[in-house]
Amino acid sequence: MRSWIAFWNILMKDMRNYYLKPPNISWGIIFPVAWTLMFLLKSPTAVDVRELLPGVMSLSVLFGTTSMLSVTLTFERRSRSFERLLLAPLDLNLLMLAKTSGAIVFGLINAFVPVLFAAFLTDLSGIDWLPALGAIFLIAVTSTLLGLFIAVSVKEIFEAQTFSNFFRFPMIFLCGLFIPVESLPIFLQPISYMFPLTYGADILKSSISQNGHLGVPINFLILLAFAVGLFAVSVRNVKHKWIY
Amino acid sequence: MDSVEVNQLTKRYGDLAAADHISFSVRDGEIFGFLGPNGAGKTTTINLLTGLARPTSGSARIAGFDCATEIKKAQPVMGIVPDESNLYEEMDGLENLSFCAALYGIGKEEREKKAGELLRQFGLAEAGKKPFGAYSKGMKRKLTIAAAIIHDPKILFLDEPTTGIDVASARQIRELIRTLNRKGTTIFLTTHYIEEAERLCNRVAFIVGGTIVRIGQLDELMREVQQENVVQLAFANGGAELEPALRESFPHVVVEASGTDAIRLRSALPLNLTPLMRFFEQKGVTVYEARIMRPSLEEVFVKITGIALEKMKQEKEGKGKQ
Repeated sequence: MRSWIAFWNILMKDMRNYYLKPPNISWGIIFPVAWTLMFLLKSPTAVDVRELLPGVMSLSVLFGTTSMLSVTLTFERRSRSFERLLLAPLDLNLLMLAKTSGAIVFGLINAFVPVLFAAFLTDLSGIDWLPALGAIFLIAVTSTLLGLFIAVSVKEIFEAQTFSNFFRFPMIFLCGLFIPVESLPIFLQPISYMFPLTYGADILKSSISQNGHLGVPINFLILLAFAVGLFAVSVRNVKHKWIY
Repeated sequence: MDSVEVNQLTKRYGDLAAADHISFSVRDGEIFGFLGPNGAGKTTTINLLTGLARPTSGSARIAGFDCATEIKKAQPVMGIVPDESNLYEEMDGLENLSFCAALYGIGKEEREKKAGELLRQFGLAEAGKKPFGAYSKGMKRKLTIAAAIIHDPKILFLDEPTTGIDVASARQIRELIRTLNRKGTTIFLTTHYIEEAERLCNRVAFIVGGTIVRIGQLDELMREVQQENVVQLAFANGGAELEPALRESFPHVVVEASGTDAIRLRSALPLNLTPLMRFFEQKGVTVYEARIMRPSLEEVFVKITGIALEKMKQEKEGKGKQ
């Protein structure tokens, strides 16, 4: 019970201090709008908004969570306020769960901004929401943990930003959201399957536009494995790199 | 009983030994000073004791819990004031204290009550709604101490608590430390202000280059470096002109005039004041003060460590201003 008081207060503090600040909220809106407009404008023919939705939702989550967690953690490390959390009698797993939960919630909120816009532009009936929600949640978890991995690897805030892009941009083009994995050159296809986003995107495609190709259960299993694995590696990294 | 027990504790970063086989103990209820220059290993030791660093070898126990393997059991009994205030700049004083209490599992009602009490006790009640980032350095230090004691720790680690703050705030902080200690809190204090340690501490350890060079009670350490007995006499009506007669009557005493109304007497043997007083009485000189001069802790530190104190202060002040 006592640990959960700490957990809840860390989560709420992060939400108030970082995630629910007006600039971040506006970024969460501007980003998906910009992506949607880009696809609408670049296409010479009419674009099916529903086809775009899995991609825009995934990217909103990916960009929102990786940026926010890596930047806020690096900031707290620089100001040494993170030490305060390490000095609290709180299990490191629970502490990192609290720190990542804020970013996951932020990612989930970001994901539904494009859904809100799409609802005005197209008919969203027939979407299988349960797997879609599960996929969005697991994309948020794995992207957040990627942000944590980045935060543990850098010292400065600008490094966190640039290092995030090192992972994000290849993912955008290789995860099958905009170019189907099977259409990629054969040597790039194995790389696609190394990204958790590939599996999340596939579930979203199955749920929203019924054109996934791996099967929802296997996608979920792989995403869960990524989430557990990334969390374990991240906590181990925190232990080794931040407790000198 | 000992609150802190450290045995052969060592921390190496490559070839550098930041703490090199250090051993000491801190007794329940005492103020223990840990003194040394920049880079001596003071902060490393605190980090090892509080769970921010892992030892290369050796062991440390806080309230009976091993710092390497049971640190989460030890952390509830310790409060830590780091060398730089590390509360959240964007949160106000009350929110910061309440958040720190929540980290120790204290419920909402109780933590808000405690936060309010501490703000009043530390003279920060009016600043309670101001963001921490807008506080002065002295206020920041006070709030950081308040945050460290909100869960009523048994042991308080203070890393350079008065560095870089104004004299009045430093005095207030020293008084707060005394008050906490009177209430039963054991204090582990690192400082480069030797006079601060002299005023506050029961025992001190000198650490240089990661090694403890001396540890002991203040008066023990002072006696250790006292090579001669020194008495200063002050007169109501002259007296310093008696210097040659005094040398003649007390050949084993070194006599130094100190102005026209005072003299300083030095001797390797204990100075017996009765014949001295009789001497001045016979000469019609009134002695209104006889002060036994003891070495300061500062002199003890310089003699034991060979480190120039001014250099040490300048280094720290420079760091504090950055």
